[in-house]
Amino acid sequence: MKLIFEKGMIGRGCDILPECDVAVTKVQESLSRKKELHLPQVSETEISRHYTQLMKRTFGINDGFYPLGSCTMKYNPKINEDMAKLPGFTDIHPLQPQACVQGCLEVMKLAEEYLTEITGMDHIDFQPAAGAHGEFTGMKLIKAYHESRNDSKRNKIIVPDSAHGTNPASAAMAGFSVINVASTREGYVDIEELKKVVGEDTAGFMLTNPNTVGLFDENILEITKIIHDGGGLNYYDGANLNAIMGIARPGDMGFDVVHLNLHKTFSTPHGGGGPGSGPVGCKEILADYLPSPRISKNDTGYKLEMKSEASIGRVKAFYGNFLVVVRALTYMITLGGDGLKNASENAVLNANYMMHRLKDKYQIPFEGYCMHEFVISIEELKKKNGVAAIDIAKAILDYGMHPPTMYFPLIVHEALMVEPTETETKETMDEAIAVLEMIYDKAVQNPESLHACPVNTPVGRPDEVSAARNPILRYQY
Amino acid sequence: MGTYVPNSIKEQREMLQEIGADNMEELFHAVPDEVYLKNPLKLPKGLSEMDVRRRITEIAGKNSVYHSIFRGCGAYNHYIPAIVKQVTSKEEFVTAYTPYQAEISQGILQSIFEYQTMICELTGMEVSNASVYDGATAAAEAVIMCKERSRKVAVISETVNPETIETIKTYCSNTEMEVIIAPGKDGKTDLEELSNLLDDKAACVLLQQPNYFGQLEDGDAIGELASKRGAKYIMNCNPISLGILKTPAEYGADIAVGEGQPLGLPLSFGGPYLGFMATTEKMMRKLPGRIVGETKDSKGERAFVLTLQAREQHIRREKASSNICSNQALCAMTAAVYLSAMGKRGLQQAAELSMSKAHYLASRLCELDGYQMVYQGEYFNEFVTSVGGNIENVLSRLEQRGILGGYPLKDKNEGQILWCATEVNTKKEIDSLVEILKEVESI
Repeated sequence: MKLIFEKGMIGRGCDILPECDVAVTKVQESLSRKKELHLPQVSETEISRHYTQLMKRTFGINDGFYPLGSCTMKYNPKINEDMAKLPGFTDIHPLQPQACVQGCLEVMKLAEEYLTEITGMDHIDFQPAAGAHGEFTGMKLIKAYHESRNDSKRNKIIVPDSAHGTNPASAAMAGFSVINVASTREGYVDIEELKKVVGEDTAGFMLTNPNTVGLFDENILEITKIIHDGGGLNYYDGANLNAIMGIARPGDMGFDVVHLNLHKTFSTPHGGGGPGSGPVGCKEILADYLPSPRISKNDTGYKLEMKSEASIGRVKAFYGNFLVVVRALTYMITLGGDGLKNASENAVLNANYMMHRLKDKYQIPFEGYCMHEFVISIEELKKKNGVAAIDIAKAILDYGMHPPTMYFPLIVHEALMVEPTETETKETMDEAIAVLEMIYDKAVQNPESLHACPVNTPVGRPDEVSAARNPILRYQY
Repeated sequence: MGTYVPNSIKEQREMLQEIGADNMEELFHAVPDEVYLKNPLKLPKGLSEMDVRRRITEIAGKNSVYHSIFRGCGAYNHYIPAIVKQVTSKEEFVTAYTPYQAEISQGILQSIFEYQTMICELTGMEVSNASVYDGATAAAEAVIMCKERSRKVAVISETVNPETIETIKTYCSNTEMEVIIAPGKDGKTDLEELSNLLDDKAACVLLQQPNYFGQLEDGDAIGELASKRGAKYIMNCNPISLGILKTPAEYGADIAVGEGQPLGLPLSFGGPYLGFMATTEKMMRKLPGRIVGETKDSKGERAFVLTLQAREQHIRREKASSNICSNQALCAMTAAVYLSAMGKRGLQQAAELSMSKAHYLASRLCELDGYQMVYQGEYFNEFVTSVGGNIENVLSRLEQRGILGGYPLKDKNEGQILWCATEVNTKKEIDSLVEILKEVESI
């Protein structure tokens, strides 16, 4: 398909702005742009059709099943979108006087109240714009905590080898060195290995629970205690919170600081890679270090308090991805306490149903119930039939369904991670199971056919190697 | 209670039976008893969609929506063409994930490739990434990009937006990068002081153009100072202004960053916005975040993929150039649709109108007693004046009339107002603003 730059005609365009109704001020020659500015020269019709074509080459949750593990691709309710489009939110300047943004402050305060109750934390700060940004912020809180106690030797963050790549990257960005600790075969924290690395230099420990293979770590209290006894703090990566709302809370498990992904658990859309929102929650001991001022409420309304002098400083301009918070609040108000628990229960039920049904054919490396997601290993198929996880994923594309997450977590070979979420019907899962079974049979009977997949998609498998070797990163006029 | 769980209790029971569980609780047996919640969350009951709409709409109603806005200071009220909102509301674009599966994500990938091209065209730079969180984090990431073994000092002009400076400091604290603030003079960077601060430890100089006070800096002289000392030159610019103002590339910048919000994103109480970052081919592999590249598919057709991933956290983990994963993809698409609708002529027009209206506003304000331009340099669409009378009275009087006045500056600029005008401010609006200020004066 053509690029927008390859469409249109010289001199064509849309007529958007009026003539100037005041005297025209020209830019001084020395300050003016010399380089010709190339932008599309297209009519509105052409823009409309161009993006409709792009839309048809995009797979959204509205197109079909999206069991992308660790990404929680649940349905994005439309009422959330409506609320985020209210002019009373979209037309508000971030530097309006506080008395004129009472609604915005109420949104953040209410969302904070919901999320503190769900997580068992004391405060929530909405400034971080995405999960990794929240991790970075949380790491800075831990740094500030130890520094305030003149405990500067605590410069190491322990991260399990099963963790998402952002965890070690965020710890490093915040100025820590990273100690990777091996997990048990089941992806649980290896208590003995953990004990070996905890010491006087331990600043903290990062963990998701349920962990990245979709299992709840039964030893969680012992783990967080080992870190606390060693003088460190516990960081909870909220990527997998969708399994445990109303069931268990990070705050009760011994975590001191958490980040949440509103674009996962709290149903806000991913926008093809953002904007998300990664609020950070913490216990009282870390409150002074948060990047934003706290919001208080009294008889006259909501007020932004003075920011503590000990704050780590802002991590972003203004208040975070505010409209994403509006969507998440809309969702939480819609579901209420019972509804949130019901969502988690059904997320776990759906995952267990799919896992159970797939067991006959596919290799499920872990025993027992899973939480909201589970991992399949394609290792045996690869050995016997030369079909890899990527071949299964690409074959799935031909059936109008998004494949599971591939090759994550790293501790499972040829991993496919499946997260159906609670918003899928039993019929959708049954169809997906049938597709997966059919692909399995193909992999055994005619493995070659899978290497050619996908065949029904707008493009075939792209050549990633040459993309990286000879980068073409823009259109040349 | 609202719910998005489609399976009925009957279906749930069937599924439990199928997997051999007696009830939901059994699925959670791994959760230790000490942390298993015995009581329900202390949260209100859920609401029907209609009640939710009523409740949230009521909350939104507690904000003041102004019919005219003369405040910028990092967030700008520009006209958003109707096509922008229509295109970016398409469900596929809104709900898709990061385009990991290229075969079914060509729409998102191509839109990012087109966005990257437009950012390169605007800034004159060679390579753009797929976006970061906002202008402030783009500036901070750019500073981090410049760290070298023997160069670990970032020199930031005092005339950069304070929120950007604070963000840079947060990103650099506890790292090896030291942040030094170069003082300002007459509303611009003090060239002499800057020259004294730059030595062979300097990793970069960061300048905002137009700066926090709206002034246009001597970008050439500062660029020369930086390159003479071997420091990288980062320019933080307003994308609309680049329709008519000299590009970062023309100033010799190594990295161009900025807040992309003016390109079709509503004010939205500060977010979601869009951080754009572009650089030279030489520094391409230090650029953080997603980058989309063109390649061919198995049939030899043009295709797009996420590329140069060896820089990124999922491959490099603690050695990655940045931890960024989710970015602001839909906001980047918004900017691309905006720039397509405006085209070259439209963008120039937005820039010219903004500049002209700001100059008209300034000349009208200066007719009033007590209102004077604080700085004499050239400016684009923002400028600082002194105020006739009590600043709070002035601004609250405007607010009562549905006008958001300029931003009252803080600290050592206390008592001054930073004004902003864009193409949406009509002559009539500006004239009536001046009339209201006259009324305040005469009280």
